[in-house]
Amino acid sequence: MLSRVAENLYWLARYMERAENTARLIQVNANLMLDLPGGVATGWEPLVRIVEATDAYEATGRNYSERNVIAFLVGDYSNPGSIVSSIASARENARTVRDMIPREVWEHVNDLHLYAREHLKGGLHRRERHSHLQYVIQGAQAFTGMLEGTMNRGTGYRFLSAGRYLERADMTGRIIDVRSSSLLIDSGTEGLKPYQNIQWMSVLKSLTGYQMYRLKMRVRVHSDAVLEFLILDDEFPRAVYSCLGNVEFQVASLPNNAGPLRVITRLRRHLQAQSLQGVSADDLHDFIVAMLDGLGDIHEALSQTYFDPEETRRERL
Amino acid sequence: MTFSWEDYPVAGHWDELVRPDGRARAGASRLLRTLLRLDPDELALRQGAADLAIKAMGITFTVYHQEEGSIDRAWPLDIIPRIIALREWQRIERGLAQRVRALNAFIDDVYHDREIVKAGHFPAAYLENSANYRPQCQGVSPPLGIWAHICGSDLVRAADGTVYVLEDNLRVPSGVSYMLENRKVIKRVFPELFEKFAIQPVDDYPSQLFDTLAALSPRPSDYPEVVVLTPGIYNSAYFEHAYLAQQMGCELVEGRDLVVADDDCVYARTVEGLTRVDVIYRRVDDAFLDPEAFDSGTMLGVPGLMRAWQRGTVALANAPGAGVADDKLVYTFVPDMIRFYLDEEPLLPNVPSWLCADAESRRYVLEHLHELVVKPVNESGGYGMLIGPASTRAERDGFASQIRRHPRNYIAQPTLALSTVPTVIGDRIEPRHVDLRPFILSSDRVHVTMGGLTRVAMRKGSLVVNSSQGGGSKDTWIVGAG
Repeated sequence: MLSRVAENLYWLARYMERAENTARLIQVNANLMLDLPGGVATGWEPLVRIVEATDAYEATGRNYSERNVIAFLVGDYSNPGSIVSSIASARENARTVRDMIPREVWEHVNDLHLYAREHLKGGLHRRERHSHLQYVIQGAQAFTGMLEGTMNRGTGYRFLSAGRYLERADMTGRIIDVRSSSLLIDSGTEGLKPYQNIQWMSVLKSLTGYQMYRLKMRVRVHSDAVLEFLILDDEFPRAVYSCLGNVEFQVASLPNNAGPLRVITRLRRHLQAQSLQGVSADDLHDFIVAMLDGLGDIHEALSQTYFDPEETRRERL
Repeated sequence: MTFSWEDYPVAGHWDELVRPDGRARAGASRLLRTLLRLDPDELALRQGAADLAIKAMGITFTVYHQEEGSIDRAWPLDIIPRIIALREWQRIERGLAQRVRALNAFIDDVYHDREIVKAGHFPAAYLENSANYRPQCQGVSPPLGIWAHICGSDLVRAADGTVYVLEDNLRVPSGVSYMLENRKVIKRVFPELFEKFAIQPVDDYPSQLFDTLAALSPRPSDYPEVVVLTPGIYNSAYFEHAYLAQQMGCELVEGRDLVVADDDCVYARTVEGLTRVDVIYRRVDDAFLDPEAFDSGTMLGVPGLMRAWQRGTVALANAPGAGVADDKLVYTFVPDMIRFYLDEEPLLPNVPSWLCADAESRRYVLEHLHELVVKPVNESGGYGMLIGPASTRAERDGFASQIRRHPRNYIAQPTLALSTVPTVIGDRIEPRHVDLRPFILSSDRVHVTMGGLTRVAMRKGSLVVNSSQGGGSKDTWIVGAG
């Protein structure tokens, strides 16, 4: 497989996964805003920070109102991380590798792009927000399902999967970070206690993980168990640890994989060694930042080994 | 009933489906009856369904020179097919195969001993100042002596029913993917006709193309590694490059994916390392193949590719330099080539042409600009033409001075009343002018597509069929009599 094609497949899956998870991120925050009593809610600014788009947002000169932030994260083509941009980038990557993916998959991505351009551009009305975001999530799920059901388990599939699971791990981490940034975990305010569990429940639900959590953890929803489930579980497919296992599985079948495997194993070791029992909001945030850095290292390793043509030229000629 | 074929205007030109008396031509009667049964709403509905299918299938082409920059447009397809009777098509098919055999013999001759010049049938001067003659190809012998492996020849039919060859595209002809996709869409739109009609299938083209390319491999005993070389996603025909690669199960590569190593072999950069490439179906112009051989002033291309091709370690289709015969001045000599190389009479006529390079013809052309079509010899896509009857005095004056300054660069032809096909315009059916581009594959065997891509000028009275200039397309049916 051409290095350039491998890279495009990898990014196609990452961008689709990013579109899906950005939609999930907005859903979780919207639910949080509804669940929390007025006055304690932290608003929409943390979302922009969490997707590392603060500079781009500030450049727009807008305030952090719900409407503005959602327009920026959902429908702004000048924000490369927005849902519409992610889907457009996914389509662009798909377009350059349409000879490698099943035709229906290309048609589906193209459809989703047309839908996004028509319905998401410029932002969303509150009333129809949920259904449009749900459409994006389901569209990305259908993309994954089609690949699962129709694509050869060859090199191309491995790069798609590696890209998807790496992005998913990254976004699950960021979604947890939305919660940690609301700074309510160790708030001593007695009056807010009842809200904590509701908030964690909405995080689980935004990842379609509530039922799976109940089946697996067999305890009521509380922060320690939710964190353990979303970060360290090896069975829930959106849990960071489980995603890493999938990346490792795919990379294990690729050639020249010693470098990337080393970096993946290092992060897995690091996660296993962590105790999240009673972690403070600050420590949780630091932990997640370190985890995201580790995921970034995996991307770097894949990129250097498989995508960078100059690198391959030096090594192989 | 709201429409009758008696009301359909066919005066002054040849209609491909309807005779002047309103009856159906050979092979078209079932289609015309079906169309009569569709009321205007149903017609518009089916056209809408086709447009939707094209959008959903992502069939696009890219347009330049627009204010928005380069944009992706949905491919325009009219749902009423153009029909050619099988018996007539077989005659055309033989004519096309004959033509391409002669053209390949000509190109090989040009780059070797130039027998045709020595025999006095082709002036040497026309080669020396041809824009597409490549000195780098002199003395090179590509596999099987074939240079133009994929040829797209444009056919038109005049008012008397004669089918003429308008031009031969031997560089990187495009359009075949649209021929294949049009068929898929029309099958969705008129399933009932495909059940009853004996419509010749077109969909074996990708496997024919692969066989044509594979036969050129320098390592004939192995399964050849064939790749499609594209300039990239901003090329107007990128859709087709990706489509053909996918259909053939080949890698679609860009220049930066390939490298010529010290052994003068071509390799692709892959996640496994460097892998040998045997045949390159290149969809980039000569000038962008190899920055070392063609001083194009760009970084595009694969340094050393020409060297590898000259040494025979890789096959290029079409071969570099094949464009020397893709020149409207050379075109005028094709009937002579057929007689000279094949010792046969041409089966398909050329459109009568005046060479402006010839003093006497030039005088005639300059005196009759208002009734002629003047074409630059090296342009494609319908750019840079003068259509005399539709021109202004200022345009004619501009062309006249250009012709005087660069006579070698222009030919002139009579303005042909191109044939028409019924076409959906809103909820009505009106005649629109068409041409036809069949594709001819040559390597160890010659294969002609069953029909080709019918292009249609969507504006009333217009003769410009190019999609870059508002043209549309039609499915083309080759059917047995009935």
